[in-house]
Amino acid sequence: MTGTVQKLVVVGTSAGGIAALKAIFAGLPAKQPGFSVKAAMAIVLHMRNGGSLDVSRIFPEAAGIIHEAIDKTILQPGHIYLAPPGYHLLVETDRTLALSNDEPVIYSRPSIDVLFETAAEAFGADTIGIVLTGASHDGAAGLSAIASKGGICAVQEPQEAEASAMPKAALAAVSGAASLPLKAVGAWIQAAIGKTPTTLQSAGESL
Amino acid sequence: MDAETIETRLLIEAIRTRYGYDFRNYAEASLRRRVRAVLLRTGFDSASHLQHALLRDEKLFELVLPELTVPTSEMFRDPLVFQAIRQHVVPILKTYPSFRIWHAGCSTGEEVYSLAILLEEEHCYDRATIYATDINPVSLKTAQDGIYRADTLRKYTGNYQAAGGKQAFSDYYTAAYGVARFDTRLRRNIVFAEHNLATDAVFAETHLVICRNVLIYFDRTLQEQVVRLFAASLRRGGFLCLGSKESLSHLDSGHEFDEVAAIERIYRRKLSHGERA
Repeated sequence: MTGTVQKLVVVGTSAGGIAALKAIFAGLPAKQPGFSVKAAMAIVLHMRNGGSLDVSRIFPEAAGIIHEAIDKTILQPGHIYLAPPGYHLLVETDRTLALSNDEPVIYSRPSIDVLFETAAEAFGADTIGIVLTGASHDGAAGLSAIASKGGICAVQEPQEAEASAMPKAALAAVSGAASLPLKAVGAWIQAAIGKTPTTLQSAGESL
Repeated sequence: MDAETIETRLLIEAIRTRYGYDFRNYAEASLRRRVRAVLLRTGFDSASHLQHALLRDEKLFELVLPELTVPTSEMFRDPLVFQAIRQHVVPILKTYPSFRIWHAGCSTGEEVYSLAILLEEEHCYDRATIYATDINPVSLKTAQDGIYRADTLRKYTGNYQAAGGKQAFSDYYTAAYGVARFDTRLRRNIVFAEHNLATDAVFAETHLVICRNVLIYFDRTLQEQVVRLFAASLRRGGFLCLGSKESLSHLDSGHEFDEVAAIERIYRRKLSHGERA
């Protein structure tokens, strides 16, 4: 079962993130071959407090395929993993997920940059990175790391985002990233999964 | 294999050979990031440059070691776990005239003092011996001193109350000059000692092993080894308490344990082959 995930979609968001993710899950035809057979998704959602996330209750749109990540979770195709509050979520090169309590990065733990950077190191050009609404610039460096490995990048259209600072910062770091309204993200992910890995020269180009 | 990966492995080998600390089976992604952070802090261009200096400068190693090992904790972290310890573990501990607890990877000691406070409130501290061990002598010294920053107290007070605290948290410390000194009486039955989970052996048969948010830093191979060490360090029917997002379910050595409280990650060593505790 290990290692059947070929592509990893990583998503980072903060203020306004729950609504944004719900919109994406509703638009992601999870049962379609692309996502459910080849790809998994890992998400950092900044949350204010610690404790546990009742992910199925918060995201009924993704019931059955969404989980709070625990240490050493093996990535399964068609599944979605959320960083637990208070822990960094990292992707290992053996395509499992790891947690850490190392220092916050840009005052955040979980940090979007930590997820995105480790994803880029593990999946290289098979990484698909998306930065959504948020109030800090967490994710900009991470999206840049994905782009530099030849991965495919997108942000939520800043005009549409509840908090535009995060997608704006990410767009400034990766000028070739696609800028999308939420309702287009699901289809964009499907297309990205179907696309063959880009070379370093065309890193981050829009689809 | 890229240069950074090779250099990191060589650095780990150098540290192991020269200083005896074995980071070979630490979870790779987080270790790699901590090595990079060390390079930024120390100003060395690469792990090879750092290695050269570390091999010759023991003081530098003493500065670097804390950066490579597990970071600090907080008091009554994940309060519901302490509630669960009160509910599931303490009643069993109290059936013994005396009992031993091993707090493995105690770091700077916040959770050890939390445990001590809990046992006092449950009126069984006097029967307890707590072994608080860590790989890092600097962290151990902090743990031994029991002095923490006062700006964390509000959070710790909330945690204490949510954990079922029976008194006022402030009863346990005195605060002055921005620090809180925890009551020295809390450590009268605590033995602080260096112990390296990757390399050191069983040193006691205990009734409870607590090891929280340490296994996440180990790869699966080392996790198997450490959980076997814990099983060997526990009486049959003894308890093991892990971190909230850790699990035994993916480990072969997990079969030695039954689950007592799933969400709080409390397990019990099986009484005998296949028999439930």
